[in-house]
Amino acid sequence: GLPHAADVTNHHAPTNESGHQKKPFPVLDLNYEHVQTPFEISLWVLLASLMKLGFHLIPRVSNIVPESCLLIVVGLLVGGLIRLAGEEVPPVMNAEVFFLCLLPPIILDAGYFLPIRPFMENLGTILMFAVVGTLWNAFFIGGLLFAVCQINPGYPLELHQLELLPCLLFGSIISAVDPVAVLAVFEEIHINELLHILVFGESLLNDAVTVVLYHLFEEYAGAGTVTVLDGFLGIMSFLVVALGGVLVGAIYGLLAAFTSRFTSHMRVIEPLFVFVYSYMAYLSAEMFHLSGIMALIACGAVMKPYVEANISHKSHTTIKYFLKMWSSVSETLIFIFLGVATVDGKHHSWNWVFVTATVILCLVARVMGVVGLTYIINKFRIVKLTTKDQFIIAYGGLRGAIAFSLGFLLDEVHFPKKDMFLTAIITVIFFTVFVQGMTIKPLVELLAVKKKQEAKRSINEEIHTQFLDHLLTGIEDICGHYGHHHWKDKLNRFNKKYVKRCLIAGDRCEEPQLIAFYHKMEMKQAIELVEKGGAKMPAIPSTVSMQNIQPKKAVPQERMLGQLSKGKEEEIRNILRTNLQRTRQRVKQLCYSLTVMKPTADDVPTIHVDLASPQSPDSVNLVDELKKKSEPTSDADEGLVMRAPSQNRSEESDREQQKLMRCLSDPGPNADEDEDEPFLP
Amino acid sequence: MGSRASTLLREEEIEEIKKETGCKLCQNAPLYLSQTSITNPVFNSVFSREDFQRIPELAINPLGDRIINAFFPEGEDQVNFRGFMRTLAHFRPIEDNEKNKNAAPSEPLNSRTNKLLFAFRLYDLDRDDKISRDELLQVLRMMVGVNISDEQLGSIADRTIQEADTNGDNSISFNEFMKVLEKVDVEQKMSIRFLH
Repeated sequence: GLPHAADVTNHHAPTNESGHQKKPFPVLDLNYEHVQTPFEISLWVLLASLMKLGFHLIPRVSNIVPESCLLIVVGLLVGGLIRLAGEEVPPVMNAEVFFLCLLPPIILDAGYFLPIRPFMENLGTILMFAVVGTLWNAFFIGGLLFAVCQINPGYPLELHQLELLPCLLFGSIISAVDPVAVLAVFEEIHINELLHILVFGESLLNDAVTVVLYHLFEEYAGAGTVTVLDGFLGIMSFLVVALGGVLVGAIYGLLAAFTSRFTSHMRVIEPLFVFVYSYMAYLSAEMFHLSGIMALIACGAVMKPYVEANISHKSHTTIKYFLKMWSSVSETLIFIFLGVATVDGKHHSWNWVFVTATVILCLVARVMGVVGLTYIINKFRIVKLTTKDQFIIAYGGLRGAIAFSLGFLLDEVHFPKKDMFLTAIITVIFFTVFVQGMTIKPLVELLAVKKKQEAKRSINEEIHTQFLDHLLTGIEDICGHYGHHHWKDKLNRFNKKYVKRCLIAGDRCEEPQLIAFYHKMEMKQAIELVEKGGAKMPAIPSTVSMQNIQPKKAVPQERMLGQLSKGKEEEIRNILRTNLQRTRQRVKQLCYSLTVMKPTADDVPTIHVDLASPQSPDSVNLVDELKKKSEPTSDADEGLVMRAPSQNRSEESDREQQKLMRCLSDPGPNADEDEDEPFLP
Repeated sequence: MGSRASTLLREEEIEEIKKETGCKLCQNAPLYLSQTSITNPVFNSVFSREDFQRIPELAINPLGDRIINAFFPEGEDQVNFRGFMRTLAHFRPIEDNEKNKNAAPSEPLNSRTNKLLFAFRLYDLDRDDKISRDELLQVLRMMVGVNISDEQLGSIADRTIQEADTNGDNSISFNEFMKVLEKVDVEQKMSIRFLH
């Protein structure tokens, strides 16, 4: 038979030797199925990222056409190519992939960096638009579509079949403003904060309404009728969905904050907690049919202040950039997939009447809804919404991939018109993203809408705003009018007294907001200065604050600065000590040679080492040691002078402090690395 | 309780107050205010400091004392209802039609400038039209509490003045104050809704 060696080396070859040829051992083999899924995913992600890169290399195009449009076009092209190649278009826009993988990063990014102050101040307005506006849209569009279908003489049989409930379901799917699309478009137009938070907040909070309406109509479309009881249950369900989602998110947020309290020894995995807890919040909410988006927003918003107080600076940067990266890739993928799914011919059934009616009704409903609601809202607002504002809010009502995915999820048995719905949804999405997306930027310019103010918050603004907060709280208390400031003040007190103590590690739970803000600002400025190339530090204020790095019992120690200065101090001491060693040795040698040459000890040479010069240990000047001993130099920058060790150390530490200023943002002290490099850049 | 003249508000007085403060619902104000511990309903129209200090929330407000002082004109211990409403009128929301009134004889009390002036005066205790470093330090100390060292507060104060000071006098004048707050939406922040 075959020798054993051949048997062992040839696993794939059958051991039965009769009739089968022994296959030569495959030196190079192709096994695609093994890696297919991850490979394809990676290809898509790579395509998305390369596209994003490409757009920004062509500046003119990216100024006119918003990125989302370009990405959809790319998707169309890719889908078209695949079809041309004869292959079946991969079902990429699968609702599961979308809701579980693509959507959460975008929402988490939005929620974690949600500007809380303007959001809370305008919460009433946002809720009105989100809840009442979406309900109005859903019923208006659904109802009128049904009427149009009934009346329409063109395709009598097809459309007459469409009952009211599926129409209402369709209305509820198409009525919701989409956060992904809004983010994508509004990000590029840099509109003022108020309008941005209004439209964006609305797109986030209307998820609860959409979820309830969708499930309600889906359930009852089978049954065919909706009673008053069902309506009532629907309202209850809405409250449960919305508040439940927020509650789930808040719980996970508090858990994350609590966990971050103990991560001081394991800094590397801090970002992971943020991501995993948030994702769990989303999944838990989705599990109970609660609003996952609201859970995610609540989780991010709740955990942020506490987590930021606990985690290291690097973790903060990691979280920020990971979130931005993931949400960016997700967004790109979503738009590309939308393009690809459009080309997929299986799910389309074009019906002129239906589609046109949908588009027109969407626009009309939106405008009417916004105008009507603003009229009511302005009675309660201090700063009223102007007509320009209303126009932008109405125009910013973009639909996106959420509507498409919800449509995709529809059951074909109950909804025979699913394909028609999908086509209409895609058309509306294309219309809003292309037409509205492209024209909103020139319109904003034309109408001279206030733009976003880029400048960072100054310490003056922070102080005076807090001052005004206290003032207004006092005035409200005097008037007995328990308004906005009163409750905010109460929440702050509660937060300070109980919550911060539990969730923030160490001394920082006592740190007032002002001090935290000030520290952050100082750090940012220090980092900027070093990045600019070690320019001269500004005058008094920063110097004074640097003195506070020294640990004092009364002062809560600024986390990063404290650590840096200790580590740096050690390093500095080591370097100085080594230099000291070398120079001492040289001095000994010199002294020896000099005493040998000159027996009279009048001029005993001293060593003067100038540390500030680049050639530090090697430039040695001879200075009178005895003279130096009697008059201690106060010139810190002159260099190191031979003196009794105790005096040296105090001088050293003074100089160390000043040199610390220059090394403030050193990325990571590793004492061994820096040993041989020149001390000062 | 102190001596209080219980005077009914006369019609003429109410009219005058209305004109001065622009509060249309001025007559109803006693009804609002009677819910707090400041007033005995309707009849009592003169307030003393104790009345204010009886409000519990003001006691824990870091700026409580200064706010109370802001209601009382210089050196006096009592304020009548008119003065009280006058001070409150600063917090009336700015109405759109008023923004367009260019020919107003004197600026209404609740204009942005006057609102900011009111806030400025709370900083500037010695009324020299400048917020000096000491005055700023006092306010910071009140807001921040006792745990922070003087040096740190000092550096914050220095930084604040450095940021705002454009004419180099090491203090913040009213114009500089206004300039620094130009991005803050003062109209919304310093307005209380029910004072229409």
